[in-house]
Amino acid sequence: MKSAVVQLPGLNRDRDMIAALTKIGGKPPVTVWQTETEIPAGVDLIVIPGGFSYGDYLRCGAIAARMPIMQAIKARAEAGVKVLGVCNGFQILLEAGMLPGALMRNASLKFVCKEIRLEVVNAETAFSRAYAKGQILRCPVAHHDGNYFADAETMARIEGNGQVVFRYAEGTNPNGSMNDIAGVINEKGNVLGMMPHPENLIEAAHGGADGRGLFASALDVIAA
Amino acid sequence: MDAFEEEHMIKARVTVTLKNGVLDPQGKAIEGALGSLGFDGVGHVRQGKVFDLELQTADKAKAEAELKDMCEKLLANTVIENYTIALA
Repeated sequence: MKSAVVQLPGLNRDRDMIAALTKIGGKPPVTVWQTETEIPAGVDLIVIPGGFSYGDYLRCGAIAARMPIMQAIKARAEAGVKVLGVCNGFQILLEAGMLPGALMRNASLKFVCKEIRLEVVNAETAFSRAYAKGQILRCPVAHHDGNYFADAETMARIEGNGQVVFRYAEGTNPNGSMNDIAGVINEKGNVLGMMPHPENLIEAAHGGADGRGLFASALDVIAA
Repeated sequence: MDAFEEEHMIKARVTVTLKNGVLDPQGKAIEGALGSLGFDGVGHVRQGKVFDLELQTADKAKAEAELKDMCEKLLANTVIENYTIALA
């Protein structure tokens, strides 16, 4: 499976993401720069990593979401290619209108950088099938604007459709997110956005490997 | 800027505010800070953004249409924010 990592000024988790995709998928992803207008042929998974694109100016992810590469990503997503956005990548996907809702300033107003517990709510998606429903994962978070918001109608729809893939496990919601939402997928099931960083918990050197399952699912390399 | 350019320019102010029902943690913190400064009787505080723009046109209708487009495409996130446009 061929993957691609998007690079934009201010994104700084791209190297961690490249390492995770390489170690778990067995070969390095291609990288695409923000001004490119095409995603290389044959790419099955596009990843927008975390960071602080455009200094978080205007709103987190707002400027990045209007860069040329996003039109190409939208077109590929419509054609069924998988897209994963982590942290700032999630914010960018929301700003691009590819996922429902919005991410607001953390309720505490503080940047949070710590390990939380994630509950796998939907284990039937292309990104979570290596896990079991209800499984609790360790996962780091590091963000200032991760407070998920959606209006009542949208919330009822995404909850009803099983579009909430990950929730902060009870007592670990770090940012005030409605319904403890940590990760949301689109209706079609091929675009996932999440605030926690699974790429930072993939091997013993990280102190754990709970994040591997997400990449194994998305890269189609789940061990038998 | 010369007089001609001045005449063919429209100044506009776009105000972006959070929609009702959207939690505003920053507004809440400001509200608390005003209280701790001794300002009694301050009700809810909601914070927002102001953009001052100069447009190279003398056509007000065109300017308004363009500003609306700018708000929809970039200046506001209409999932959580409202905007108003005022021409000077």
